[in-house]
Amino acid sequence: MSFVSPEVFAKQKIAALQDYSVLAGRSISNLFSRPIYWADIYTQMDSIGVGSLPIVILTGFFTGCVLALQSATALEAFGAKSKTGSLVALSMVKELGPVLTGLMVSGRNASGMASELGSMKVTEQIDAMRALGTDPIRKLVTPRVLATVFVLFFLTIISDAVGIAGGALVGVSLIGLNASSYLHSSYNGLVIGDIAQGLTKPLFSGFIIATVGCYFGLKTTGGTQGVGRATTQAVVVSSVLIIVVDFLVSRLMIGIFGS
Amino acid sequence: MTPDVTPSPAAILTPDTDQPVVSFENVSIAFDGKTVLQDISFEVHQAETRIILGPAGGGKSVLMKLANGLLKPDTGTIKVFGEDVTSMRERDLFALRARIGMVFQESALFDSLSVEDNVAYRLHEDGVSIEESHDRVVEALHFVELDHAITKYPSELSGGMRRRVSIARAIITKPDLILYDSPTGGLDPITSTTIVELIVKQRDVSHTTSLLITHRLQDAFTLAMSHFNQATGKMERLANEGIDDSTRFLVLNEGKVIFDGSTLELVRSPDPWIKDYLS
Repeated sequence: MSFVSPEVFAKQKIAALQDYSVLAGRSISNLFSRPIYWADIYTQMDSIGVGSLPIVILTGFFTGCVLALQSATALEAFGAKSKTGSLVALSMVKELGPVLTGLMVSGRNASGMASELGSMKVTEQIDAMRALGTDPIRKLVTPRVLATVFVLFFLTIISDAVGIAGGALVGVSLIGLNASSYLHSSYNGLVIGDIAQGLTKPLFSGFIIATVGCYFGLKTTGGTQGVGRATTQAVVVSSVLIIVVDFLVSRLMIGIFGS
Repeated sequence: MTPDVTPSPAAILTPDTDQPVVSFENVSIAFDGKTVLQDISFEVHQAETRIILGPAGGGKSVLMKLANGLLKPDTGTIKVFGEDVTSMRERDLFALRARIGMVFQESALFDSLSVEDNVAYRLHEDGVSIEESHDRVVEALHFVELDHAITKYPSELSGGMRRRVSIARAIITKPDLILYDSPTGGLDPITSTTIVELIVKQRDVSHTTSLLITHRLQDAFTLAMSHFNQATGKMERLANEGIDDSTRFLVLNEGKVIFDGSTLELVRSPDPWIKDYLS
């Protein structure tokens, strides 16, 4: 790794931020002009959405399970074990569902996008696409951004649902809670603001995953080693951004809904 | 003995022969502070085949990408079909590139698409019907003698076959300018000759203006001293050591043009570096 002066380092980072902003902006603006590659959008929805279902379901389910197990033990000390359902539902819908789904999809798809586009970049396929008169951002980035934002919304709902179900299963079978009161507590614990907060986050996370994955892919240099580097960077940067943006959106939504 | 010179299509085709198809004026470009091309100026005219020679790392591929607007120079002006590609927006360049075919150094085929979809890529983008695009793909693949490979994927093809598919993809829309970036690079001599024959065929049948990079002097001189006989369907040496005068040379070394002229001028150049390079 070569060291550069602080000035050069700062310039590089600002230039990278500028490039990322241009890419992200164009990926959105392309939706308002022709051509729109609908076939690529549906292919990406299938690849990202259906392909990520198993990991999202497994993660959501076992997160709900462990959350019920841990929170029941803690709540018992205050005589509030019956509130386990409410705590699991709130945690899943507001935080863990959106964040863990985002991180899982990021690990699977930001890396996939970076490696796929990176391989295309180092084998000159991106240049070939431009030489053949196609805008690579319109053809490759916009479909991935739209597909990721769209499917992550529904994957988060699925994750929330299986998380609450997993919590219920543990609550009933291991902790000895009543199924009806558990679900009643879960339902009563949620208000519209919680659901709005939980379903706003995947819109941002989806955008981050796709734009960061595509950005690092399209910036790949240095052959196969460069592809590996781009893949790692895409996962790390998108994961950190998801958590940072999660905090900012939470603060914003608490400001709007008050809880 | 004075070699016979075949009249070039450039001499036969009168329209716009004064207006260069490609013109570089004082073009320079550097990457990370390292100058790759310095003060490059040359012109390529209608129906001319311009062979770009020079050692590896001399900026030839960069020059090709500049001609297609894939890179922007730091200084200088590049005009293609009279339009200044250095100041054009990417969106406008896409329209200009519809008139340009490009064969990449490593073919750059889309590995997730079949040969048919690769060759028909531009037609699909233009909304050409499936039937028409299929017919045109068959015609283009027949030109490069790869009719049997239409359903294959790039990973199933040899290096030479990939290069031929890349040529088919470049010529399917009958472009006015073809850019060949080392079309014979990394290929064995027999396969290289097959590729050179296809380029000569394209030059002599369609009279398409082209820029061609090669490291192989043998390929360059085969191009300059051969023609395609449409009656026999074969590439043949021009009679009496003849030279095709539509084929001209540009020699680059360390990012600078050190020769710009005809085949005869090249072989008779007194420049010691060129003499050494050609020997």
